[in-house]
Amino acid sequence: MHFVFRPPGQAAAGLLTLPWRLPLEHWTDERLVEIRQRGLSRHVVRFVAEGGTLYALKELHERLARREYGLLRRLHELGLPAVEAVGAVVDRGPDLDAILVTRYLDHAISYRSLFANPRGGQHPTDRLLDALVELLVRLHLAGFMWGDCSLSNTLFRFDAGAFAAYHVDAETAELHPSGLSEGQRHYDVDLARERIAGELFDLFAAGQLPPEVDPVEVADDVVRRYEGLWDELTREESLHPDDQQYRIAERLRRINELGFDVDEVELVDADTDAAVGTEGGVEGGADGEAIRMRVRTRVAEPGHHRRILYTRTGIDAQENQARRLLNDIAAFRAHLERETGHPIPEVVASNRWLAEVYELVVQSIPDELRGRLDEVEIFLEVLDHRWFMSERSGKDVGTMAAALDYFENVLPQVPDDLTGTP
Amino acid sequence: MAAITMKNIVKQYGDGFPAVNDVSLDVQDGEFMILVGPSGCGKSTLLRMIVGLEDITSGEMKIADRVVNKVAPRQRNLSMVFQNYALYPHLTVFENIAFPLRLAKKPDEEVRRRVTETAELLELTEHLERKPANLSGGQRQRVAMGRAIVRQADAFLFDEPLSNLDAKLRGQMRAEISRLQRRLGVTTVYVTHDQTEAMTLGDRVAVLRKGVLQQVGSPRELYEEPANLFVAGFIGSPSMNFLPATLDSSAEGTFLETPLGRFGLPDKITAAEIGDRDVVLVGIRPEHFEDASLVSEEKRARGTVVQAHVDVTEWLGNELYAYVPYEAPEDLAAQLRDLSRELDSDQLRTQAVVALDPASMISEGQEAELWIDTSRAHIFDPATGENLTRDEERVAALGRQAEQARLRQRQAQAGQAPTGQAGNGATQAKPDQEPPTSPD
Ligand SMILES: Nc1ncnc2c1ncn2[C@@H]1O[C@H](COP(=O)(O)OP(=O)(O)O)[C@@H](O)[C@H]1O
Ligand SMILES: Nc1ncnc2c1ncn2[C@@H]1O[C@H](COP(=O)(O)OP(=O)(O)O)[C@@H](O)[C@H]1O
Ligand SMILES: [Mg+2]
Ligand SMILES: [Mg+2]
Repeated sequence: MHFVFRPPGQAAAGLLTLPWRLPLEHWTDERLVEIRQRGLSRHVVRFVAEGGTLYALKELHERLARREYGLLRRLHELGLPAVEAVGAVVDRGPDLDAILVTRYLDHAISYRSLFANPRGGQHPTDRLLDALVELLVRLHLAGFMWGDCSLSNTLFRFDAGAFAAYHVDAETAELHPSGLSEGQRHYDVDLARERIAGELFDLFAAGQLPPEVDPVEVADDVVRRYEGLWDELTREESLHPDDQQYRIAERLRRINELGFDVDEVELVDADTDAAVGTEGGVEGGADGEAIRMRVRTRVAEPGHHRRILYTRTGIDAQENQARRLLNDIAAFRAHLERETGHPIPEVVASNRWLAEVYELVVQSIPDELRGRLDEVEIFLEVLDHRWFMSERSGKDVGTMAAALDYFENVLPQVPDDLTGTP
Repeated sequence: MAAITMKNIVKQYGDGFPAVNDVSLDVQDGEFMILVGPSGCGKSTLLRMIVGLEDITSGEMKIADRVVNKVAPRQRNLSMVFQNYALYPHLTVFENIAFPLRLAKKPDEEVRRRVTETAELLELTEHLERKPANLSGGQRQRVAMGRAIVRQADAFLFDEPLSNLDAKLRGQMRAEISRLQRRLGVTTVYVTHDQTEAMTLGDRVAVLRKGVLQQVGSPRELYEEPANLFVAGFIGSPSMNFLPATLDSSAEGTFLETPLGRFGLPDKITAAEIGDRDVVLVGIRPEHFEDASLVSEEKRARGTVVQAHVDVTEWLGNELYAYVPYEAPEDLAAQLRDLSRELDSDQLRTQAVVALDPASMISEGQEAELWIDTSRAHIFDPATGENLTRDEERVAALGRQAEQARLRQRQAQAGQAPTGQAGNGATQAKPDQEPPTSPD
């Protein structure tokens, strides 16, 4: 038996005592939790509560488990809304498939429970589909082909009156950072159409679909909504110089309203572009003044790591800084867990890290050097410095020693007007 | 029903890399064609181009003599079966099969007729009113197939449909799909990364590597006459051993000097054909070795006996494997390692895998006498991978034989198709469409 867990591995240490050598179907462990109204699935999927956290366990072929594990982690890194992979258990014994472990998405609701318990007598179809379509578009913008988009494979959360959709089940997915082909997107959408219709037929047969909802209509509607949103976000527009500014502002406003952010607006001379040979739709070639606008929509929710860090520690950092600090917290947590031999909740680890590591370093910055860089940046440089010193001396020198050395030898050399802060 | 003809098909994605590169392939009417190759070699892309889900960058795709490069998927009348079909627990078997027709809003009468026919074909008639939960694993899979068949398409396309089944069910389903395909006689293209599956299912197998078609032929042709090092290594399990060898010409004749000893040059190749290559790779399948003490005198003479140090043995009851490590020059060893990695195999490349008669007494750590059937060995050019010993006449003969076997099988099927399928009015009532059943 072999565990592949993402750090901080010890957080999931309690999972090690589960009866991995038995088929998941036959488990009787008291930590098992029954989740009703979950999505349809082919594999055996069960849930366990361990050390205060709920996990989803899915038994599947090792090749697929490794693949899904990898893809879910990439989605996580990209800040895309998906369930979080914790690990995979392989080599469980003869004739046993692997088990993929994901963290249960808190407050997740499946479409089945939404339909079974309509709130205020209103069926949620409309908002549900909006959320699902938005998720699919977001994934496609990132070059992610789902290969199995369905209501079952989408989890929903209430989000200020609307729904937020999360991806689950990446078993058949592919990630192509250079972008999907039209064919790949259409394939995904076609599949979604089929799946959604099927799921609604099934709800109907179960007596949970209001009679006025026609499964095929709804499925076709998903395709229409998808196409509308995709077009709005990616369409190239030909602008006339006179109303250029207005049109750009207008477009960006619409994109924001749809819940997306713009990464880049590119304006190209229609003529130049025609020369490059991009296909079709070049207008205004005649007067040579028209300009084409291309918008690149941001893939992930902006500031994803930044927000997480803020809620955990109250530190307000830039996105990349936040990503690194979160890594350091994760490493610290793993260290604590190794030391104490039991799982440490995220909140506890974050608080202790703040008091015992971060604050300690930041408070010992000499006053006269304090403004050279922002605090977070200084802290990150100390981390680098620690690595550098440890590398040279062949052993870990510890954060405090590294900080003191850094304040003495490195920070004074940073010009004091570098960041422009007093 | 329809033949599918691909001519110089190329697919480039946005990054410009040719995922499918100049593939020409004819799938004959009624044929069961397998596309096989390691993950990422372009199988799914090619399949999606056949269905019309992917634009073709260049080349020509024909279905039944009609160029379909610009024809929409729905107008191609093909049926695609995906890896992850879903059965709906509250729907009856009938409705689970009827599902694609409901989606297409077909009239009830037609739905009833087609589902009934399909169920009969799949021997699901008596289960039509049951729910999937009350079916066996195999029956559930047949329901999923029913969903593809009920569309009455001109061809079936499968993209790794069995990859998320357990091993037992997978074996069962292979047999089922193969039987059904023969019975229906519908042109079928089936994608898999699993060479065992490829070898047991298809009439012909097309091997792809990095978007390039390596070889198309019957399973037997691929096994016996591989076109190159890649195909030779990919087909067969455990895979073919490749021994570096130098040519040694003396008064006694010409020999191949290998790390396992000196072999006579196989009849099918001359020293001239090896030319001035310093080193070649001799390919010997594990099953073409034997414990020399168990080989008759007469047979012995047809091959070569070598002395080898057996490192490890593995006895599986019906099979006995021996592992024989050998030395190889670093550059060749590196090349073989790369090949191994590309083939996703964990077989060590500088260790020969030898399959022995389970009655053999050869054991670990022993110096053993091994007989090698050198007449079945192949010789490859390490630089190009080309098989220098491929016998084109035999390839042609194997091709003809496979084609005849396929036609005979189809005729036999047509003769014994169940009543209510071929022949009677049920499917032929629709004049605009050929029935998906065997021709009379
Ligand atoms: N991490 C998770 N959090 C919440 N629900 C989950 C999670 N993982 C799976 N589920 C639920 O279990 C169902 C089946 O899981 P899934 O990964 O889709 O399995 P399958 O590949 O068999 O379809 C999902 O539809 C979802 O309702
Ligand atoms: N949208 C894309 N952009 C760039 N490369 C892609 C894209 N889609 C697929 N590919 C690449 O094309 C090759 C063939 O892919 P695919 O047909 O899925 O292979 P297979 O089915 O044999 O695993 C792979 O190298 C894959 O990474
Ligand atoms: Mg699922
Ligand atoms: Mg594929």
